[in-house]
Amino acid sequence: MTHHLLEVCNLHKSFTLHLIDGRVITPVRDVSLSVAAGEHLLIYGRSGMGKTSILKCIYRTYLPTAGHIWFDSQQFGRIDLSRAAESVILSLREREIGFCSQFLRVLPRVSALDTLCEPLYRQGMDRAAAQAIGREWLQRLGISPALWQASPLTFSGGEQQRINLGRAFIARPRLLLLDEPTASLDEATKQVVIEMIRAAQAEGTAIISVSHDLAGLGAHANRQWTFQ
Amino acid sequence: MIGDDWILRVEQLSKHFGPTCPDCHRLTGPDAGRSRCPRCGTVWACVEANLQLSAGEVLGIVGESGSGKSTLLQMIYLALPPDSGHIWYRDNGGPPRDLTTLDRYEARLFRNTQLGIVYQRPELGLNMRFSVGGNVAEKLLLAEWRHFGRIRARTAELMIKTELPPERIDDEPPTFSGGMLQRVQIAKALASRPALLLLDEITSGLDVSVQARVLDLLRRIQWEDRITMLLVSHDLGVVRQLARRTIVMKNGHIVEAGLTDQILEDPQHPYTQLLVSSAL
Repeated sequence: MTHHLLEVCNLHKSFTLHLIDGRVITPVRDVSLSVAAGEHLLIYGRSGMGKTSILKCIYRTYLPTAGHIWFDSQQFGRIDLSRAAESVILSLREREIGFCSQFLRVLPRVSALDTLCEPLYRQGMDRAAAQAIGREWLQRLGISPALWQASPLTFSGGEQQRINLGRAFIARPRLLLLDEPTASLDEATKQVVIEMIRAAQAEGTAIISVSHDLAGLGAHANRQWTFQ
Repeated sequence: MIGDDWILRVEQLSKHFGPTCPDCHRLTGPDAGRSRCPRCGTVWACVEANLQLSAGEVLGIVGESGSGKSTLLQMIYLALPPDSGHIWYRDNGGPPRDLTTLDRYEARLFRNTQLGIVYQRPELGLNMRFSVGGNVAEKLLLAEWRHFGRIRARTAELMIKTELPPERIDDEPPTFSGGMLQRVQIAKALASRPALLLLDEITSGLDVSVQARVLDLLRRIQWEDRITMLLVSHDLGVVRQLARRTIVMKNGHIVEAGLTDQILEDPQHPYTQLLVSSAL
């Protein structure tokens, strides 16, 4: 039996909208999936089906309503992310679980280099050492050195997305959650991202991505899972 | 184990003002939508609040005016005695001490050495007739610093840290702008290298560009010194920038607590949903 780094069991997520007569919507019903170290699982499905909700439940931006999310943590052993203490989740986000959202949310006054290096600073890495790694990543992501000191807010959509992806990869998490990672990228950059994913996999990182890009990203995933 | 490195733990902390009556409990709180009892006029400012802070963490407290945020902060600052409950403090994993049991002298010394506070209104945090140097010195003298030269040097150091021109050390607060006054307050609050910094609506009333600079300063201080902060604000944007965990208060009660991104994206309590949907 393969050893799974992450096992989602019978996950349910509903939202109670108190401002709209307490209406309940349930985008995620009874979802079970798993991913092993070094594996890439791609979740595919129509927009509005709740794919992103699954990722957000794993990252605990959403509070799961029912079910379990078992994660094999280096720091805490096997734990249920759906119920783990907030301090545990924060520590996992720092060291073991990375999330790349569909849109970059940054402080307008922080440079691209610092934005990218922030996860390393959080890990307590020395500024100079973090920035050396950051500069390597910016090069690899094809961001022109002229832009390194500028805020990513002044960047094009594709450049912002590359910074966003870089932030998720740079901390070398054991589990990476990627929400539409290639959506706003041109063909060449898409290839760079696919290469980044493969390199992370080779290092043992487990990846779950949500994407429509079956031909590009999908062709490189180990497994595809259609969400209905 | 993470989470065991707490430095402050507040347990069942309560404060009311007024005579109380048998109906208070039923007629106040978030469900009743008020904190003042209509029968007897008692204000239940803070009811059975629990929270915990890890070393180096920033915890946000949000809620509308009158929700009890500042009362809670004042109790933690040992400026307002609670009716009941405990405030446990522990430094460097030492034995926990209940701050509510300190006598007046001990409480004052603790406040001046281990706590710093910054208010929305500078006149609450500063003595407006003392110079910047005098204000910082006041805090250091109360923290039992005695050497004039060291006090002066520490003040200059703090002015540089908080991006104030050091040559203005002898100027009085009324000659400073609003944003600069918040820096002076921050310099004073940090003077004795406190373990915990309490921030009460510190950017409310400042114009946006000045707000941004004050917040950037706090972020930098947090990065550099890993100082633990309790940040009270009605502005979710401010909390989003600084705090990774947030608690939500309404009518004297904590109605929700969680990771800041969870509070903003998946708020559970009806009031939190209203608060999030009201953000600009």
